[in-house]
Amino acid sequence: MPEVKRYPNRLGIKGWFGGGRWGVERYLYTLHRLTGLGLLTYFLMHIVVTSRRALGAESWTAAMATVGAPIFKVGEYLVFVAFAFHAFNGLRLVLVELGVLTGRPEEPVYPYESSLDVQRPFMVVMMIAAAVVMLLGGYEFFFMAH
Amino acid sequence: MANEGTTNVIFRVRRYDPDRDAAPYYQDFTVPVPPGMVVLEGLWYIKEHMDATLSWRVSCRMGVCGSCGMLINGSPTLACNTQIHDVARDGLLMVAPLPNFDIIRDLVPDLGPLFDRHSHLMPFIVREDHDEMQEPSDQYWQSADDLLEYLQFTYCIKCGCCMAACPTFATDPTYSGPQPLAQAYRYMIDSRDGAFEERKAILAGEAGPWRCHYAGECSAVCPKGVDPARAIQLMKRELVLDYLRLGKLRRRKPAGVLPPEKKRGRREGIPEHPPFTVEGAG
Repeated sequence: MPEVKRYPNRLGIKGWFGGGRWGVERYLYTLHRLTGLGLLTYFLMHIVVTSRRALGAESWTAAMATVGAPIFKVGEYLVFVAFAFHAFNGLRLVLVELGVLTGRPEEPVYPYESSLDVQRPFMVVMMIAAAVVMLLGGYEFFFMAH
Repeated sequence: MANEGTTNVIFRVRRYDPDRDAAPYYQDFTVPVPPGMVVLEGLWYIKEHMDATLSWRVSCRMGVCGSCGMLINGSPTLACNTQIHDVARDGLLMVAPLPNFDIIRDLVPDLGPLFDRHSHLMPFIVREDHDEMQEPSDQYWQSADDLLEYLQFTYCIKCGCCMAACPTFATDPTYSGPQPLAQAYRYMIDSRDGAFEERKAILAGEAGPWRCHYAGECSAVCPKGVDPARAIQLMKRELVLDYLRLGKLRRRKPAGVLPPEKKRGRREGIPEHPPFTVEGAG
């Protein structure tokens, strides 16, 4: 049989962001991955910066002067925002992936209701909790004296 | 003759001819769309009146066979049960082949990888009593509650919409994807099955459910309400419980044939079947 020519059509990273008609859980999925990568990047940078202490006082002082700039303060707050989202969404995912929030299988009768509908109220609560923690963190970061 | 309420809708169709084109491109067709017309009928209209070379896969035309899955205005769904006026935006309808599968021609995706993954995850009942399974001496005993554990997942028509919508499958070709995993759970949880250990060995690796992080898109787009995301999470729970030695599946004996005391005769009031029209049938 002759070989059929095919055109590759895998979405790749574009598939994380979808075509604009996706559900909210898909965007949470993407945000969870992006914040996870962001937190990992922060940890690596944190190790690099704190390792400067081993190079002597002068190197350490220079590093502290650099990361003390306002742009790093904003960046630090973004890390906190990523942490708050990742933690609360992660809690939801743990409960979903252990089958706690998915509901039992049921015969599909139109209009279909899926496990997405079962876990959605908890998802809303977790996102509100994350937003509250982000706001409290922002107040602490920018308005309270250190 | 145009019906009342007919409006023109531009079908922007992704075309690809492997013998002629280096890459897919979009082509516009203006289709008169009366109320209630589905996308599949629009494609037939194009084929009959505008371009006979337009290709797609179709069979039953009523949401049963799963052949006409395609990406319609950014969402994977069946062309046969999607009304044009429900999804067209500003008189425009984008139609493309299901993503995450190679394109064979125009709107025809290569679903081979789906079926390969599906068969790899043992989508059938496995029992030790092989001869009994091949030639059952009676029906296997299964309660209504046992049936409900997997009934939802049997409605899968293998259209591939869930695979096209899955963001993990979009980036990770080693991931089995929602359709095969949902079917693996359907057989894993079936009380007549006795191959949990064999299934577990296959599902422990990259082909298993652990790359799923519940984007939930498979369940959102499923045209049959199968909810693959639920099946995958319930599968994870069974595997975690098994790891903790708390699972019921490792100790479960596959259901045997119906015991005589459970047998019931034919219920009253159910008529006998009419005479067979084919000689030797029955």
